[in-house]
Amino acid sequence: MEKDAVPQDASPTYGGLRKLLYAVDDQGQYTGVQSSGWEVESFSTELAVSEINRRRDDAWRRARAGTASPLEYHMYRNRMDFDTLATVSRIWRWRVRRHFRPQVYAMLSDKLLARYAEALQMSVTELKALPDQPGLQSREGDST
Amino acid sequence: MTEIQARDFQHRQSAHCESGVVSSLVSHYGLPMSEPMAFGLAAALAFAYIPMIKMAGMPLISYRMWPGAIVRAMHKRLGIGMSRQTFGSQAAGVDALDAQLDRGRVVGLQTCIYWLPYVPDQFRFHFNGHNLIVYGRDGDDYLVSDPLFETTTRCPRDAMTKARFAKGALQAKGLMYYPTAVPSEIDLASIIPAAIRANYKYMMQPLMPMIGIKGIRYVGKRIVELGKRKDRDSYLPLYLTHIVRMQEEIGSGGAGFRFLYASFLQEAARVTGDDRLSRASKELTDAGDEWRRFALRATKMVRGRESMNLQALSDQLNHVADREAKVWQGLKAI
Repeated sequence: MEKDAVPQDASPTYGGLRKLLYAVDDQGQYTGVQSSGWEVESFSTELAVSEINRRRDDAWRRARAGTASPLEYHMYRNRMDFDTLATVSRIWRWRVRRHFRPQVYAMLSDKLLARYAEALQMSVTELKALPDQPGLQSREGDST
Repeated sequence: MTEIQARDFQHRQSAHCESGVVSSLVSHYGLPMSEPMAFGLAAALAFAYIPMIKMAGMPLISYRMWPGAIVRAMHKRLGIGMSRQTFGSQAAGVDALDAQLDRGRVVGLQTCIYWLPYVPDQFRFHFNGHNLIVYGRDGDDYLVSDPLFETTTRCPRDAMTKARFAKGALQAKGLMYYPTAVPSEIDLASIIPAAIRANYKYMMQPLMPMIGIKGIRYVGKRIVELGKRKDRDSYLPLYLTHIVRMQEEIGSGGAGFRFLYASFLQEAARVTGDDRLSRASKELTDAGDEWRRFALRATKMVRGRESMNLQALSDQLNHVADREAKVWQGLKAI
């Protein structure tokens, strides 16, 4: 890639950051060039983020309706998927799947919940509850 | 609180976190090294398609060696003494880090990028292989040189500890590393060919299927097969943009580390005076441009700006593979 061809698309997904790319100058010499974004890349990032948010909102609605446990919602809110949660909490996949059922989830011991709480870095009380809106508190202190 | 920080530490922005951290550390401890040189000497260029490992439900696609490979290569290939420590408890990890900083040492850490508060929200995914440098502390704040960023930043100790001890695939267990013995000069003229030969093997003679040049072709075939899925209309956009993200997003310096490695080849040509390396550098730049065209075209199709043509995408990946094969054939006899 030529230095002049390095995209500067000011992608919102960069959050104001400029990334370093390597490109060749007019003498054919490689040099580091900062890029404010590439539209092709940010489109891909946004699609991935919107997909995970879609699953999060869907899990929130089902939890609200009582057909899913809040665990599934909290998992997506932390940008985890089923495999990641199972690995991080070290709980068998089939057990995690079972814990998505509200009846089973309601009967879990605090000890088991504490493992999920550690994996998702939240308190057991927060883990049992469902916030009023799906998008609130993606992380302590900030909101997305 | 008094601030303790290593003297004369220079922050450098890099394309990739691990090669950035390693080149900055090695330079700080007395052996000036560019990021591309660290990447190339570690023989870190790769291609791997690993459907058994999933990232957010998608198969793992990697354009470089596993996290940790560059740190280890500094020891193995360059004879740099490296202290690498992991910790059984968080408290031990925190104490060890603070002790090194209080001695004025600059250290590298492996972390999970999701838990770092200074990282913009859209970059935050559960990825345990993110490397950064801590070069001092100010009370409960660490002074951080994260190579992905233009400037240095700060991170509270609690957040850093979470990030260091996050569990899951590739978990860091608090990994902290720093050079202990750095030679002031190394024999690059003999190390460079050895590193290139090692990389030749990864790309051209992989020990597993779906790795190296063959792996690139395999993904092309896979894309065509996915067209037969019932849920192709929802799955294909996510799959294709997943490839684009793995290629461009995770600190790759553009085109899945191809430009970074091409820059290494150019620098290596200067050091050794070997023309074959500068030719290979140009050819790999062309291959990188082909990767970028693939990304552009795949997203155009996903957005409906061009009709979905999976065979055309597969063909394009074969062009990439042809170009990369040519690069490595030219380097075979190095």
